[in-house]
Amino acid sequence: MSGDRTHWAWFALIGLTLVALGFRDRLGWLMEFPEAWEWPMTEWLNTGMDWVVETAGPAFRAFSDVMDYPMSWVRGLLHWMPWALTVGLLVIASFAVSGWKLAVFTFLAMFYMVVIGYWYESMNSLALVMVSVPLAVAIGFCVGTWAFYSDRAERVITPTMDTLQTIPVFAYLLPILLLFGFGPVVGLIASVLYAVPPMVRNTTLGLVRIDEEVIEAGMMAGATAGQMFWRVRVPSALRQILLGVNQTMLAAFSMIIIASIIGGTSDIGWEVLTHIRKANVAEAILAGVVIALMAMVMDRITARAAMGRSPDGGEDESFVTRYRYWIVAAVFAAVMLVLARVFPVLQDYPRAWEVYPADAMNDAFNWLLVEYAGAIKAIKTTALFYLMLPVKMGLEQTISPFSWGFEFTQPMKIGYAVAMAALAGWLLLRRRVRGAIGVALLAILLYFGITGLPWLSIAGVMVLLAWQAGGRRLAVGTSVGLAFLMLAGVWPEATISFYLCGLAVALSFLIGTTLGVIASENDAVSAFLRPISDTLQTMPLFVILIPFVMFFKLGDFTALLAIMAYAIVPAIRYAEHGLRGVNAEVIEAASACGATRWQMLWRVRLPLALPQLLLGLNQTIMFGVAMLVITALVGTSDLGQEIYIGLNNGDFGVGMIAGIGMATLAMIADRMTRGYSRKGQKALGQG
Amino acid sequence: MNDRAQDDGSGGDQPRLSCRHIWKVYGKKPEQYFPDGAPAVETPALAERIREDGAIPAAADVSFDVAVGEIFVIMGLSGSGKSTVVRCLSRLVEPTHGEILLDGEDLRAKSDKQMIEVRRHQIGMVFQNFGLMPHLSVWENVAFPLSLQGAAQDHTRERVGKVIELVGLEGREKSYPHQLSGGQQQRVGIARSLAVDPDLWLLDEPFSALDPLIRRQMQDEFLRIQNDLHKSIVFITHDFLEALRVADRMMIMRGGRVVQTGTPAQLITNPADDYVAEFTNDVPMVRVLRAYEVTDPEAGSAEGRERVAGDVSVEALLPMLSAHPEGLAVEQGGTVTAVVTAQSVVRALARLSEQEEAPA
Repeated sequence: MSGDRTHWAWFALIGLTLVALGFRDRLGWLMEFPEAWEWPMTEWLNTGMDWVVETAGPAFRAFSDVMDYPMSWVRGLLHWMPWALTVGLLVIASFAVSGWKLAVFTFLAMFYMVVIGYWYESMNSLALVMVSVPLAVAIGFCVGTWAFYSDRAERVITPTMDTLQTIPVFAYLLPILLLFGFGPVVGLIASVLYAVPPMVRNTTLGLVRIDEEVIEAGMMAGATAGQMFWRVRVPSALRQILLGVNQTMLAAFSMIIIASIIGGTSDIGWEVLTHIRKANVAEAILAGVVIALMAMVMDRITARAAMGRSPDGGEDESFVTRYRYWIVAAVFAAVMLVLARVFPVLQDYPRAWEVYPADAMNDAFNWLLVEYAGAIKAIKTTALFYLMLPVKMGLEQTISPFSWGFEFTQPMKIGYAVAMAALAGWLLLRRRVRGAIGVALLAILLYFGITGLPWLSIAGVMVLLAWQAGGRRLAVGTSVGLAFLMLAGVWPEATISFYLCGLAVALSFLIGTTLGVIASENDAVSAFLRPISDTLQTMPLFVILIPFVMFFKLGDFTALLAIMAYAIVPAIRYAEHGLRGVNAEVIEAASACGATRWQMLWRVRLPLALPQLLLGLNQTIMFGVAMLVITALVGTSDLGQEIYIGLNNGDFGVGMIAGIGMATLAMIADRMTRGYSRKGQKALGQG
Repeated sequence: MNDRAQDDGSGGDQPRLSCRHIWKVYGKKPEQYFPDGAPAVETPALAERIREDGAIPAAADVSFDVAVGEIFVIMGLSGSGKSTVVRCLSRLVEPTHGEILLDGEDLRAKSDKQMIEVRRHQIGMVFQNFGLMPHLSVWENVAFPLSLQGAAQDHTRERVGKVIELVGLEGREKSYPHQLSGGQQQRVGIARSLAVDPDLWLLDEPFSALDPLIRRQMQDEFLRIQNDLHKSIVFITHDFLEALRVADRMMIMRGGRVVQTGTPAQLITNPADDYVAEFTNDVPMVRVLRAYEVTDPEAGSAEGRERVAGDVSVEALLPMLSAHPEGLAVEQGGTVTAVVTAQSVVRALARLSEQEEAPA
């Protein structure tokens, strides 16, 4: 693929787009994909699903009945245990794996659940996690091991896991519902499905990454196949496997709210969901914080347990020192069970002592909203008129006396076209062909808006980008994916998803990378940003949504901000990591050549960190897509909304098509950014 | 100067290890090159054909013997196939063709199960990057091969204690690999490979990952240990000087093939080709040459001269010669065989440096 040929392809595309736009009034089929060409995929899917439910339904129901046993048993146990005992045991565990800092944090976090009066609901949610995580870990470990040993299995498992992770959870809630019935177990199954992929990945990765010499040493020691696996491979991969357990658990927590959509009864996810639906901001926040805290506590405990397997043990250590924490925990449990009999306060926290500041908080929020109504409105309209609408509908339709304060007159339009053409031409003369192409595309996009462009042009841009990133194979794959979206009749919604997610990702990437650059040069900034990133990442997606709903109500702008809040984290992380990872000798060499700080950044560090930055972009997109689906709750009109509609109406076909469509977009973006990153790495000799 | 080689190589006893025509070909259907169990054509031609097919002959017709108690060094640069050969010996890598006899038993005829037994009891191996289990302490790492066999507790404790003492790691038993320096880690690797008291000891570039000073120390340690244990050893290295220091006999490999096999002195004085001669350039001859190799046939009678042992290095000989300008009597096996003079030493060194300047 020579540079010249791609340049000509781009020129042709720009030219054809302009021609098509010139005839847009007469050639409707150029602008919108004709309905007559669509296939009735929704019906096919529904018919297929009906058949599956009819034939295999009873088997699935039976499974769901079996799973009810461990579920109710764990629930029963957690409700039987005095709250003081549960809190105490978690505090002891925190102290054992980390130290007093984590112990204090755990105590405060758990005590919050008690004081706020959500203990019962919290324990129901915890039960869901406590059953789904071991199940997901066991399944994931077996599947991951299988993928490690069998190449053929690996070729099936890896794409399946990719798909499971990219198809929005909402999309497979409905099939689960149809197959397994209603109730807590359904939530459990959805959690397990969502939580398995990280375990599979980490297991395989851990097993693959073992030092070859360790394996050979095991063989030379005369290990049998069984010994090789259990005594050499698994222990050597243990750290990575435990990381998988940690990620699996976070995934299970993030499913709590979503699972309660189909199986929620008096658990904390249900609380959050109902309050969001009723727009009870304070109540939703109070309940959302419970999930966030629970996730953080469990994350910190398992992460420390995975990392800090401190080698203080030894042959001669006595029984008591070795099992000191277990002994303390057992004694504590016995004492607490007796004490709870004597002091019922320890068994059930009295209602009268609870603190539930929802009303006060709502008053405060209302005061804030009234007081700063002007400012909030100004922010919202500015963003809407000067950023979001131009991208969505184009300057052509956005500029009006009502929005921008003046009419978009004919001379102005001509002026815009001439200015942009001049800029592109000037870049072309200076032989910066890519810059010229970029300017031309951007000018067209801003004038007509993404919804005002011919469908073939958007598809053309994506296919050409795919071709540049990954050659013919990726271009063909992208074409097939886009064709699916069109034939299934969800192209308009896909365009909106593309617009919303694209804008959010572009902004997150820009802001996040800038923050990452600053953090890479300034330790104080880095130390300040890290806990914020950590928190945003462990925070369940729904909870992130709440504060934005509070200030900006429903709508695209709220969705945009929520997506950005979540997607900015990987941009920051990868930028900082990439820039800090630039070879120190190269930096020294550049300093010796007399590079200024600015030159160092733009001409040495950023170019060298480019592959990492692109990986960051990749993750930013993936995070953005994950959040995009959730923002359907605040009333977007994209694929995510379709999924949500499908779920609410019990229409399997609609939800599934939209879900697959979303996954298709995500996968195209994923392969493209990965392709660019790989190319960059190769060029820098890092591949 | 040939008698050392004869002693070691084809002495009366059966060799501990005997490799016959080992081939290892990486590629599609490597067996096709060996119809009826024998290579179809001469080695260079076959290797060339394999390369043309896009396959890789990592080892091509490698044959050698290792006598009981001998240190046999395989020396070659990276990609020469030396690591492949040493892995073929224990069938970590399955040879494509050839015979491997350990104490006269054909290892390639053994089942996987039997191979596990062979590895458990007869062969020990040391790895370049140590290959220690990161999750086990020093003690547990060394005990690992024994625990896989299900050896008795007492036996394990005794053996492990013994080899840990042998490599000088007492007091570090409870440490974990990541807490040790490279040199100490390799001591653990050595102790582990000796824990089952193997007959054949394979060392794959054991000291290459260490700093030069530590490397030197470890070489001395290794020789000391070998002095006690008298194992039969195959030692892999890319460092010619290291090979000279430890080898009884050595074999030079290049591109999968054997270039030359012999004692260090043989290689230096009679390099088979320019490739071998290239290595010998950097070698300080005074350290390699022994007194019996620089004698003066025309010096006359040895009567009345001071005696010196035949295997003294020239380096050690020089101060003695300066004290006895008339020359010294060289003694081998209790009898005086020749005379060495300052002139004969100078002549031998001059002859060798001429060879280096203009290799034949």
